[in-house]
Amino acid sequence: MAKNGFFSRLRRVDDLSHEVHVLAVDDSLVDRKVIERLLKITSCKVTAVDSGRRALQFLGLDETEKNSVALDGLKVDLIITDYCMPGMTGYELLKKIKGSSTFREIPVVIMSSENVLTRIDRCLEEGAEDFIVKPVKLSDVKRLKRCMFGEGLGLNKRKLEEHCGVAIPSPTPSLDDDNVSSNRSPPSPCSPRSFSSLPSSPTSSTPLDSPTRRFEASSES
Amino acid sequence: MEIVGQLQKQFVDFSTSLYGEGFLDEQYLQLQKLQDESNPDFVCEVVSLFFDDSEKLLNNLATALQQQVVDFKQVDAHVHQFKGSSSSIGAQRVKNMCVAFRNFCEEKNLDGCLRCLQQLNHEYFLVKNKLETLFRLERQIVEAGGTVPVIVA
Repeated sequence: MAKNGFFSRLRRVDDLSHEVHVLAVDDSLVDRKVIERLLKITSCKVTAVDSGRRALQFLGLDETEKNSVALDGLKVDLIITDYCMPGMTGYELLKKIKGSSTFREIPVVIMSSENVLTRIDRCLEEGAEDFIVKPVKLSDVKRLKRCMFGEGLGLNKRKLEEHCGVAIPSPTPSLDDDNVSSNRSPPSPCSPRSFSSLPSSPTSSTPLDSPTRRFEASSES
Repeated sequence: MEIVGQLQKQFVDFSTSLYGEGFLDEQYLQLQKLQDESNPDFVCEVVSLFFDDSEKLLNNLATALQQQVVDFKQVDAHVHQFKGSSSSIGAQRVKNMCVAFRNFCEEKNLDGCLRCLQQLNHEYFLVKNKLETLFRLERQIVEAGGTVPVIVA
């Protein structure tokens, strides 16, 4: 089987003994405890670190470390990181990971309490798999796991197109008058990106569903 | 059995009022979902972390606002953190106070910030008190041989 992320993900779906290993990055102790529990309850193995720097060290990517071997032999299947962190932001961490030939295939999900469109777009453009608005709920994590490591039906649209050469229909572009980023990164078959509390409905949901959660959330900040 | 019933009713009434009065929101219910036999104290543990974190932040805020030259960016950073943690546990009124506080930070309005800090302190200790009461009721129910009622949205 090919060694790239896509096929090795499929392989893990069949391998029932393999638990999905998630590297969670968040400077907030409260949030780390919550995300760790959310992931464990969905049967993931979790390594939680408090900074981007530590995440890179764990992966063996830290430039200041001469030794490039990862601290832990466990392979990481998913990285979920907070956006706003002192030192290295989640965005900077994302860039470092996507800039690494060894680790760029690992899906990275960004979490943020701020529902800012430009931020979401920036992250998706840089290769983030998904963007979750905090506070993170159980349904968000379940959806993530299902989409990335589930029955294969929910695999990321972009990856599917790249590897299968199949064009998957996107929502109608003409509906993108208002600031909806879904034209750039259309919803995966599982559920729309970055709209964590919407039910995981099929792509027949209009793009207008997408701004609803955004605008609801942005009134908080 | 009489005692358990009374305590359970107290618990339900009190919980309902906390949600009704906006002290807690849906996120607190989310935390309940993460608690089970394998992790029976999860909510209490997270909330304890929140208490520790919050008290540190409140102190930091007081210090930051007492400086000769106030660094509003630093103040905002603390409030942002507080907003995040309160949001993660469902402490809605605290979170909302943080939102208002951040606006004053942006405006570099010292008076506004000081007033917000006062209110934030107030809201925080209120919710702390309420949560501690909630946990106490839970303990009493369990000690009396009952099970804690599950509150659903």
